[in-house]
Amino acid sequence: MKKLTPYLLVSPYVLHFAVFVAFPVVFSIVLTFHRWNIISPMEYIGLGNYERLLHDRLFWQAVWNTIRFLLVHIPLQIVVALGLAELLNRTVRGASFFRGAFFLPVIVSGVVVTILWQQLLGFNAGLINRMLTSLHLPRVAWLDDPAIVMYSIAMMATWKNVGLYVILFLVGLQSVPEQYYEAADLEGATTWQKFRYITLPIINPTLFTVVVLSTISGFSLFIEPYIMTEGGPLNSTLSAVMYIYKQAFQYYHMGYSATLGFCFALIILFVVIIQRRYVEQEN
Amino acid sequence: MKYFLLALAALTFVYPFIWMLSASLSAESGLGDLTLLPEQFTWNNYVTVFTKIPLGRAFLNSAFVAIITTGLVLITGAMVGYALARYEFVGRDWIFYAIIFTMTLPFQITLIPNYITMVRLGWIDTYLALIVPFSLSSLAVLLFRQAFQSLPQALIDAARIDGAGELRIIFQILVPNVLPTVLTITILTFMGLWNEALWPLIVIRDESTMTMPQLVTLFSVGGRAEGQLGVKIAAAVLLAVPVVILYLFFQKHFIRSMASSGLKD
Repeated sequence: MKKLTPYLLVSPYVLHFAVFVAFPVVFSIVLTFHRWNIISPMEYIGLGNYERLLHDRLFWQAVWNTIRFLLVHIPLQIVVALGLAELLNRTVRGASFFRGAFFLPVIVSGVVVTILWQQLLGFNAGLINRMLTSLHLPRVAWLDDPAIVMYSIAMMATWKNVGLYVILFLVGLQSVPEQYYEAADLEGATTWQKFRYITLPIINPTLFTVVVLSTISGFSLFIEPYIMTEGGPLNSTLSAVMYIYKQAFQYYHMGYSATLGFCFALIILFVVIIQRRYVEQEN
Repeated sequence: MKYFLLALAALTFVYPFIWMLSASLSAESGLGDLTLLPEQFTWNNYVTVFTKIPLGRAFLNSAFVAIITTGLVLITGAMVGYALARYEFVGRDWIFYAIIFTMTLPFQITLIPNYITMVRLGWIDTYLALIVPFSLSSLAVLLFRQAFQSLPQALIDAARIDGAGELRIIFQILVPNVLPTVLTITILTFMGLWNEALWPLIVIRDESTMTMPQLVTLFSVGGRAEGQLGVKIAAAVLLAVPVVILYLFFQKHFIRSMASSGLKD
């Protein structure tokens, strides 16, 4: 009985893992070789789904859209988060108030943030364009110009998530010993030099965490473009997850949709591994 | 100068929320103003949203699902975390591999097969589909394990001498000693579930079982808002309010919990 105890205690984990992790992974591989609409029996089609995927322009556009989103979102997020963390780092008074304010969008649902930003980004009545016109600047078609919309969403996502990354960077910055800066001051180092040669090497692990976290959350992009533009205009905001969702739940192409999910997950893992390699080399 | 920049930044993050609240209380014509106070004050948007969609019901669904699931995550997390922290047993390493595998696996792989599992189990349009898949969290297991490892063995030995069983040791002796961990897991799980929209969109079609973010999403894309911005914004406000209220009370814990989960990976 005594020997059995730990096994009984971990049994919920094993059961949950088997049903919701191990089985789906295996089944998803099986699905990629089949055509199936859930109702009629599964039909084996060999590599048919993979072949179709290679020539599916919409899928690659969706992947590219997601990557375009990341290419703007991640650098923007790092710059803004580092800047705000740097400002907060040497603030004593009111630091917790500011932190609390930056963090507010992090805790609310993406659904709320998207509905809110839809109004802020409107062409005629949107707050941002109203500010631009009051500064005598031209209005921007934030949600209507296919070349711009994904970047508008990247801007919104940065606004939503940056508070979390400010906190992470703040933890990193506070681990930099004050004496290093004092020594650098004596040597007459510039602010940039201090940042480049003292701060950056120490916060490098944090930087990596931030890049990986925002890569993974960026690759899950779904609800924001779904509400904001429903993937439009001209599929310019169709994200990979949205395309997987559409294939499965609008067209009931379960086999093909599983193939998309499987290959997209491989792309994600590939990108994250490359990022890790790069950071390990840096250190 | 520094305070000016900080104040400007704080305004950028808070002002839109205040504008949203004000817009939801304005008549349609007053919308789009930059002012903070509603121009023609009215509750109409809120009245309309409740007559158009069963938002009250969705609120109860969301609360029910989030509370029950969070409870299950705490129970399973404490049990598994305790076994990993305090027992040597054959296969323990495999549990760790499974945890690491689960945490690195992109959800895009399991999304479709999990949906099919729900169909096969007959759980579509039931609370089970919203609760059971999320009833165990690898992160919760790891956090509990870490917390239990730092407790003195004497605590457990004393309880054993008193004849306490394992479950009593976990839930009556150990868990009360790691309340910060409990709070962290509660916040992360509750918030994640409250805000989740994708999974409910997939497994729930019946309006009476829908969660709040799902219902608000469908309302705002489905054309039922009929260009009435105020109504749409009111729905968003109602979705945000419960979490924001919790945040105002537990601000520090929210920030600490989210940061610790971020640094975990």
